Amino acid sequence: MNVRSLVIRDLILATRIGGGGAMALGFFIVGAALYPLGIGPELILLRRIAPGILWATALLACLLSLDRLFQADEEDGTLDLLLLSSFSPTGLVLTKVFSHWLTTGLPLIIATPYVATTFNLDYEAMTTLIVSMLLGTPTLSLLGAVGAALTVGIRRGGMLLSLLLLPLYVPVLIFGAGSVEATLFGIGSGSHLIVLLALFLGALALCPIAAAGALNLHVRS
Amino acid sequence: MHLSGEGLACERGERKLFQGVDFSLGPGELLLLRGANGSGKSSFLRLIAGLLRPAAGTVRLDNTPVNADWQALRERLIYIGHLDPVKPAFSVAENLIFWMGMTGLALQYRRGRGGGLVTDGTSDALQALGLGGLADIPARFLSSGQKRRLNLARLAAIQRPLWLLDEPAVGLDSASIALLSSLIQRHRDAGGLVIAATHSDLGVPVTHQLAFGMERAA
Repeated sequence: MNVRSLVIRDLILATRIGGGGAMALGFFIVGAALYPLGIGPELILLRRIAPGILWATALLACLLSLDRLFQADEEDGTLDLLLLSSFSPTGLVLTKVFSHWLTTGLPLIIATPYVATTFNLDYEAMTTLIVSMLLGTPTLSLLGAVGAALTVGIRRGGMLLSLLLLPLYVPVLIFGAGSVEATLFGIGSGSHLIVLLALFLGALALCPIAAAGALNLHVRS
Repeated sequence: MHLSGEGLACERGERKLFQGVDFSLGPGELLLLRGANGSGKSSFLRLIAGLLRPAAGTVRLDNTPVNADWQALRERLIYIGHLDPVKPAFSVAENLIFWMGMTGLALQYRRGRGGGLVTDGTSDALQALGLGGLADIPARFLSSGQKRRLNLARLAAIQRPLWLLDEPAVGLDSASIALLSSLIQRHRDAGGLVIAATHSDLGVPVTHQLAFGMERAA
């Protein structure tokens, strides 16, 4: 019941004015579309660089919305009350991560086929891209929650958050883009996708505990 | 419900805010916290709420120490901090609905006239704080006093025996303070407990006082 209330609240807040729900999606579409526009109709080159560019743009789009993940609730005292509710701190983090993925990761995945078309990706590579994003974007949200919790008390901490998180995002980028490249070269993407799954499971086990610890530290200091 | 504390101490950073604080509070009683700014009143309230851990001492709920598990105490209190957790994008009623849902009340949402969500039970609580006519307007149009009253409306909407009030009357006009006083009085008549930190007169009888700062008296 609590989880439902909080997820519904976050979804409604994201879609209303000032919620910034469409921001990551807009950034992803516009950011990724700049490359085909800038490079021109070099179909082979575009297809070669597509995996790296699409994944890197998705990482940056995900980062955009992360600094408000806990800070919006910290600024108006909501975070204190959420920690006083029947949520365990790790449960609270998991719920916020789920909301974040629903409002950021999922829209990116839905937009991916349209964006990928501008890079001349074939059906097979596009399918791999979508599967890799399904496995990889939850990891981005989970790692992001740790960064967002660590910087929750810092005003304008977005830059620090990016410096903290982008190195942690590198494995997801390498194996996400690698899976699509492997499909393009016809050598099968299975091993890359399994590593992405492993990264997700590892993040799922560790990140909520780390983020909850950071939030507790902030509230108690 | 009975709440007591023995030898409570609190440290923020390296600074010792208070130590050796004892109190005991039974049904219908009100503990008033007095002291200068920064003397530890808010920290005391956060400590009782379980947001801060005491550096020393024990809090007892019905004579059982809660130091190990604060969940039992959390489920019985409402904390009004010095910030108002009001989301500007939500309507007044929606803000309250969210907090009612978070306490585990099973709510039936439906669409109201203004397009926002409405549910039963919010209108009485908003009425109690004089916000009855504002239920459907977006909270970003509220004044600071109205936001405060929306925060206080949680007291009327959610039934919990212990109220922790941190400067509840800040920004309220005299009519709203009267509404708050009658709310507190009704809560105490029903056997509720109140711990309040305030500089202004709430107009309710005080059963216990704690003074923070240099000259502490029990």
